[in-house]
Amino acid sequence: MKNEIIKIVIGAILFGLALIIDTDISYLPIILFIISYIIVGGEVVMRAIKNIIRGNVFDENFLMGIASIGAFFVGEFSEGVAVMLFYQVGELFQDYAVGQSRKSIASLMDIRPDYANVKKDDEIIVMDPDDVKVGDIIVVKPGEKIPLDGIVVEGSSTIDTTALTGESLPRDITVGDELLSGCININGVITAKVTKEFEESTVSKILDLVENASSKKSKSEQFITKFARYYTPVVVIVALILAVVPPLIIEGALFSDWIYRALTFLVVSCPCALVISIPLSFFGGLGGASRKGILIKGGNYLETLAQTEIVVFDKTGTLTKGVFNVQEVYVEDNINISKEELLMIAAHAESFSNHPISTSLKRAFNKEINNEIISNVEEISGHGVSAIVDGKKIIAGNDKLMEKYNIPYFKGELFGTVVHVAINDVYAGYILIADEIKEDAAKAISSLKSLNIKQTVMLTGDNALVGEKVAKELNIDDFYAELLPGDKVNKLEELFEHKSSKGKLAFVGDGINDAPVLARADIGIAMGGLGSDAAIEAADIVIMTDEPSKIADAIKISKKTLRIAKQNTVFAIGIKFLVLILSAFGLASMWAAVFADVGVAFLAILNSFRALNVKDI
Amino acid sequence: MKKKYVLEGLGCANCAAKMERAINELEGVKSATVNFITTKLVIEGDDNKMDDIIVASEKIIKKIEPYVVIKKA
Repeated sequence: MKNEIIKIVIGAILFGLALIIDTDISYLPIILFIISYIIVGGEVVMRAIKNIIRGNVFDENFLMGIASIGAFFVGEFSEGVAVMLFYQVGELFQDYAVGQSRKSIASLMDIRPDYANVKKDDEIIVMDPDDVKVGDIIVVKPGEKIPLDGIVVEGSSTIDTTALTGESLPRDITVGDELLSGCININGVITAKVTKEFEESTVSKILDLVENASSKKSKSEQFITKFARYYTPVVVIVALILAVVPPLIIEGALFSDWIYRALTFLVVSCPCALVISIPLSFFGGLGGASRKGILIKGGNYLETLAQTEIVVFDKTGTLTKGVFNVQEVYVEDNINISKEELLMIAAHAESFSNHPISTSLKRAFNKEINNEIISNVEEISGHGVSAIVDGKKIIAGNDKLMEKYNIPYFKGELFGTVVHVAINDVYAGYILIADEIKEDAAKAISSLKSLNIKQTVMLTGDNALVGEKVAKELNIDDFYAELLPGDKVNKLEELFEHKSSKGKLAFVGDGINDAPVLARADIGIAMGGLGSDAAIEAADIVIMTDEPSKIADAIKISKKTLRIAKQNTVFAIGIKFLVLILSAFGLASMWAAVFADVGVAFLAILNSFRALNVKDI
Repeated sequence: MKKKYVLEGLGCANCAAKMERAINELEGVKSATVNFITTKLVIEGDDNKMDDIIVASEKIIKKIEPYVVIKKA
């Protein structure tokens, strides 16, 4: 690169000298021009000759060589040198810009771990992660990347998941926890048992996904490739016609004039600006998204995302946390116990069950269960449980259970699963267990609406009461409740009718048992992909964190990328055609042509850089 | 069978597109992509024709950009 700069500077000085020199010797400037040309463009001409020998005619070098040498022959020495000079400067800038974008993309890919510390017979061997086997014991020191997926067997630490989720929220891990490759170990030394080979590990899957994403080309990219294929030959043929035909048929037309116009054509004939900048925009968009923890499996999906009209959400695990927690403990006024005691009684009565309700009761109680005070446990399937706890007869369960025992109970509207509790056949109160709405769910819906999404829909297998409450709270347009997994696909079919022919429908689920729906939607988005192979497999877009608000981010990134790609297409094609038309009429000089070639390429590349920047999205 | 290579010194995007097109036309190639930005070449082809495919691909690459160095990824 340094040599090139020196060459260009020397060439430019000689060129400037030749332009301003005031001498009687008429051939001196010409000699200066020729020397300058050889310094700056000699290599280009050599390359062109070599390529012709190899049978590769229409490359950039050849076109530029012909254009500049042609200019010499029609007596335009200064322009001949200028073409080469600016072409070289432009190439230099282009190389620099491409180098920069390659670098920033490489840093994006920098999550690949280089080595693993494998423990064998109390010795630690440094190995290539590729050679580590399932069941091997690895040691990860502070500051190191976790090389393979595993389970912690010794030690505890805090890990940084930024590389996978785009969030710098550290996670605490300890013995028994799952360890995901690609994360960085911050403080403690951890020993882990490998559960997946490198190829199957999270980090490999993500890298694969990001790399392969750019091979699934968007329509804009396909258009450009096709355009480029025909553009150069057509321009070259038109140039040939322009050089020969008009001087023969138009009276008084000069060959030198028309050859100059033809040469100007050749300068504009390379489609490089487009061929680089469009894929670069998409790659930038994909890379930027992955930096935010949004993995998009292809440029085509990034493109479709911008046309989303309807977003359909699954409820549990997507808009809600999918974790059932005690929301409310209610004690009847005339019963003389505290809320804590009611919870204790219910947790003990249900303690033998492994139903999610029992788990959440135990979690809310958050103390040791004393098995000695529990006896005569009887589970009444589909209803609840009866037991003796601490000498009292406890009945705990749903409405049906209370009715069965003829115990009057609270009959108001409750959103969630209710556990009524009766002590010695007297109604004591209830415990309400419900799924919690995610913190950012409301923001997710409101930002979608601000992006002109026409309809937001929620599908749930839950009862209508719960569905309605969630939909209202989040301001979702429509909801369909009490759906069996199979019904969801049918509902989706109905919703397809609501959109315009160009609009797209996106479905957002958690990847667990909604694979058919994810596949049927125009765009399937899976949430919480961290560590879930099923989700990564089934969806077109994987959101690594649990935040539904990332969907709006993804759409914004998509729109921005498309906008940049469109700007580049219109700008590059527009300028090129303008210069072609002007030069056909003899109105544009070769200078303008050089700008239309390298200047446009450079500006388009700079513009496409913006796609990578997703910080303010 | 899938093979990955890094094309060091890949200089022009249009050339990358030309390489991709030419390699895709080789016999036995299911799909080939040349990524200008990551400079990666990925060829998917019939197992028993892979050796021929690689030799032919190398020729194509060298013809279009003689300065490119092909390395295993």
